[in-house]
Amino acid sequence: MTTPALDGLEAVIGLEVHAELLTRSKIFCGCSAEFGGAPNTNVCPVCLGMPGVLPVLNRRVVEFAIRAGLATQCAIAPRSRFARKNYFYPDLSKGYQISMYELPICTGGHLEIFTEGETRRIGLTRIHMEEDTGKNIHDAHGDASLVDFNRSGVPLLEIVSEPDMRSVPEAGAYLRTLRSILQYLEICDGNMEEGSFRCDANVSVRPRGSTAFGTKVEIKNMNSFRAVEKAITYELGRQAEALGRGERLVQETRLWDADREETRSMRSKEHAHDYRYFPEPDLLPLVVDQPWVDAVRATLPELPTARRERFARDHQLSTYDADVLTQRKDVADYFEAGVAAGAPAKEMANWVMTELLRIVREEKLDRALVIREWPVTPLQLAGLVKLVEAGTVNRNTAKALIPRLRGTARDPGELVAAEGLAQVSDRSALEAAVADVLAKNASQVAEFRAGKERVLGFLVGQVMKATGGKANPQVVQEVLRAALAR
Amino acid sequence: MSALHELSLRDAAERVRRRQVSAVDLTRAALGRIAAVDPAIGAFVTANEVEAMATAEAIDRRIAAGQDPGPLAGVPVGVKDVICTAGLRTTAASRILERFVPAYDATVVARLRAAGAVIVGKLNCDEFAMGSSTENSAVGSTRNPWDLARVPGGSSGGSAVAVAAGECHASLGTDTGGSVRLPAAFCGVVGLKPTYGRVSRYGVIAYASSLDQVGPVARDVADVAVVLEAIAGHDPADSTAAPRTVPSYLGALDGTVRGLRLGLPREYFVEGMQPEVEAAVRAAVDELEKLGATIEPVSLPHTEYAIATYYLVATAEASSNLARYDGVRYGLREARPALGEMYETTRAAGFGPEVKRRIMLGTYALSAGYYDAYYLKAQQIRTLIRLDFQKALETCDALVTPVAPTTAFRLGEKTADPLTMYLSDIFTISVNLAGLPALSVPCGFDRTGLPIGLQVIGRPFEEATVLRVGHAYEQATEWHRRRPPL
Amino acid sequence: MAITREEVRRVAALARLRLEPAEEERLTADLDHILEAFARLAAVDTSAVPPTAHVEDDRAAFRDDAVTNPPAAEGLLANAPARDGRFFRVPKIIE
Repeated sequence: MTTPALDGLEAVIGLEVHAELLTRSKIFCGCSAEFGGAPNTNVCPVCLGMPGVLPVLNRRVVEFAIRAGLATQCAIAPRSRFARKNYFYPDLSKGYQISMYELPICTGGHLEIFTEGETRRIGLTRIHMEEDTGKNIHDAHGDASLVDFNRSGVPLLEIVSEPDMRSVPEAGAYLRTLRSILQYLEICDGNMEEGSFRCDANVSVRPRGSTAFGTKVEIKNMNSFRAVEKAITYELGRQAEALGRGERLVQETRLWDADREETRSMRSKEHAHDYRYFPEPDLLPLVVDQPWVDAVRATLPELPTARRERFARDHQLSTYDADVLTQRKDVADYFEAGVAAGAPAKEMANWVMTELLRIVREEKLDRALVIREWPVTPLQLAGLVKLVEAGTVNRNTAKALIPRLRGTARDPGELVAAEGLAQVSDRSALEAAVADVLAKNASQVAEFRAGKERVLGFLVGQVMKATGGKANPQVVQEVLRAALAR
Repeated sequence: MSALHELSLRDAAERVRRRQVSAVDLTRAALGRIAAVDPAIGAFVTANEVEAMATAEAIDRRIAAGQDPGPLAGVPVGVKDVICTAGLRTTAASRILERFVPAYDATVVARLRAAGAVIVGKLNCDEFAMGSSTENSAVGSTRNPWDLARVPGGSSGGSAVAVAAGECHASLGTDTGGSVRLPAAFCGVVGLKPTYGRVSRYGVIAYASSLDQVGPVARDVADVAVVLEAIAGHDPADSTAAPRTVPSYLGALDGTVRGLRLGLPREYFVEGMQPEVEAAVRAAVDELEKLGATIEPVSLPHTEYAIATYYLVATAEASSNLARYDGVRYGLREARPALGEMYETTRAAGFGPEVKRRIMLGTYALSAGYYDAYYLKAQQIRTLIRLDFQKALETCDALVTPVAPTTAFRLGEKTADPLTMYLSDIFTISVNLAGLPALSVPCGFDRTGLPIGLQVIGRPFEEATVLRVGHAYEQATEWHRRRPPL
Repeated sequence: MAITREEVRRVAALARLRLEPAEEERLTADLDHILEAFARLAAVDTSAVPPTAHVEDDRAAFRDDAVTNPPAAEGLLANAPARDGRFFRVPKIIE
């Protein structure tokens, strides 16, 4: 998706992400944070906002926030504070959300994004912790809403970027990189479709070269990466056009309408939002000392950017390939396991990116934080790669073996041997088949000899058919050429 | 032998332990007393006869089996109706919770039960603990047993009256700006506000989160000490409850104040005080000096700002704490077709005028453009007030003051102007802002026979010292033995 | 004037309190009277004074990340003014 031609204007984009954290329990009470369950079952007096209840902070949520901050080069505040954000809505059980305001836990980090062949640094303003709300759904008759508080109190990290992005591809790359980091840290499964990774965008335009900010518009309700890209593209176009017509832009919140593919203004509210933030008196100030930070730092895995650079360097992969392989930690681990088992890096990369990830995407296996059921194991895939490299089977045969190996512990080499699937590479063995095909396809032979090179492919195909797919296509080509040359 | 309901809490508990009296007899006596006098004084909102008798019977069975059901076994107690009692209606004296039955106990209630106490009912108070006279209750006013035309003080009016009238041997109230100490003084009983964080607030319907504390009320200091011991201490459900050990408060009452330095803040002996109140307090100070304490003048220079500071901080926190009463999950709902209307009419119908006034004031103090001038400013002055006390309590072990500028005023006397009512708290309110422990102990009567209270204020977590001073004074006098003419 | 009727209306809306005109008038007078009295706070020099956000703040209070609550029993929903099965039912949200 490209950024629309803005004619002397520059896009200024900031992204605000809410990431649901993978803790066992909620942020302020001992209810399960697990998804699903009948309505209002994972609830208790605390997350229901009943009279007299009090919040108690889940230490692991803080640990996850520190992890996220360290992975994005933020400063971890030695003292930070929760604050109440006050407003009325049925899914907000206390009539206020416990969040952080003046003193967030992390500030001033950045991400390195890799897009359109270049790396750029995008700044992070802050990261803070807060509780999620419940869920409103409209009832069938439309005259009421139904409220479920199972998600009320699930821990969230709010991650706010600086308005540093200048194009839609950069925004996409930022989101992918951030999601990747959170997945590597195993603190969020990054699933936009299921709502565990949410994005709001702040979009404005300004004359190229200007440092002042134009009127900022907030866009909400984008439920996939695609939607984010489309919505920002649309909005930039809308703003540019409006300015081109001499109109003034209004600072507002607009919703992405996925059906009409446009952003629409939210009808103006009677009460403008005055959240009346003040420090949360029921929680103590949060003190994060250096030993705690150091302990968390020691648990950080190798992060995506570092791993990407190492793959490019150690395995001689292109930055593009390294980037694809390292977006998910489990895929990167898979690749390295295959290489460790003896598969050549370039070929293993190729097989992972094309065959393996295709199946993974088709079957939506990548919705989980960590893929548990691979179509084949890394050792099996490495085995297939090695068999192809050795010329034992051709690529098509190897591809066809994937579904047969699935769910088994069989070694591919063993399967090939057991079923006699090895390709025939012996020239003399193929000569008979070649001769037969040439005899049966006299007109194509004539065409080839007349200069039509392309016909060779057809003839190779015929030999492959005649040999039940087992012939080594490389050798078949050589034998055919030799035969045709006679 | 005096009537059962006239026994001190310690006496009653001792007799039950020795099987001289059964829990059932004690409970029946309390219930009988309630039936006899409560129609005139209205201390109780909800009686708990059936469950109380069942609890008493169970305790008698356990004692017969040779078990020890706890230090308060069999003793009838009352609980202020802002404190949640599982299965027993808890209204906060508000229409908005008229039919609310909590599914959980407040921690202090669970601890009373674990100590074997028998909860005979829920006690009237100002709505959501907001008031100084118990005239703001949706249930109706409670009357001072010493003069039925007068207020008992507030907000824990029912708690003080029930003890003074012999309806129970002790009660729990809450104190946010003086709400245990003031009614204790007006009713001639002993009331303690513990250090902020000494007693758990879990299950206590919040008014002002950084000021609220549960406090025991009883007929003498030793009884208060016993109840405090039973309810105090760390609670994992309350982040603001301090993890400090609970000493034996009863054991600390060694009857002596020799060598203790007691400070007299000059700002607490002001013009406009009822002369008899000042005289009684000064006489009490003389008595303490005779008992061996040294008296020093001290100054708390920011006292004049305390009322304003309190009414900005407390109402700000309250405006947020009361947002959960929105008709969605529990409590009153005024059915309306649209949500906004439902919210506004429910809250308008459910809250009384004083509660609305404080919600409005607090919302205003937090609102955009006013936060710095009001809420933030008040929190800064609160720091100065705290520092005033800290300085005074460096050279003194405790401070001694009046509890209120007057004795109990007439019903309806101060309801016309809210500010006039707020000024009743002038001697108690700073103590909550500073988070200190403070005791009200009877020190005389005015010429119409209305009780006068002496306040003893201590250092953080030095309840033992405060109780010791109160106890020594009490034992040298007879005030605590007088009973209202009911 | 420390507070106007217009501001009282705004604050009542923020607090979701529907006020009758007589109430609005009385509240405006009350709040004005109270805020006038509180204006004396402005005279105090607080330039170097930190606000008291918490009375004591030299310790931490955490929970472990464990599920300690069982699935909610009926009792927690029993006080609901309106229900639809296990959902809380509220009137339509009109923007």
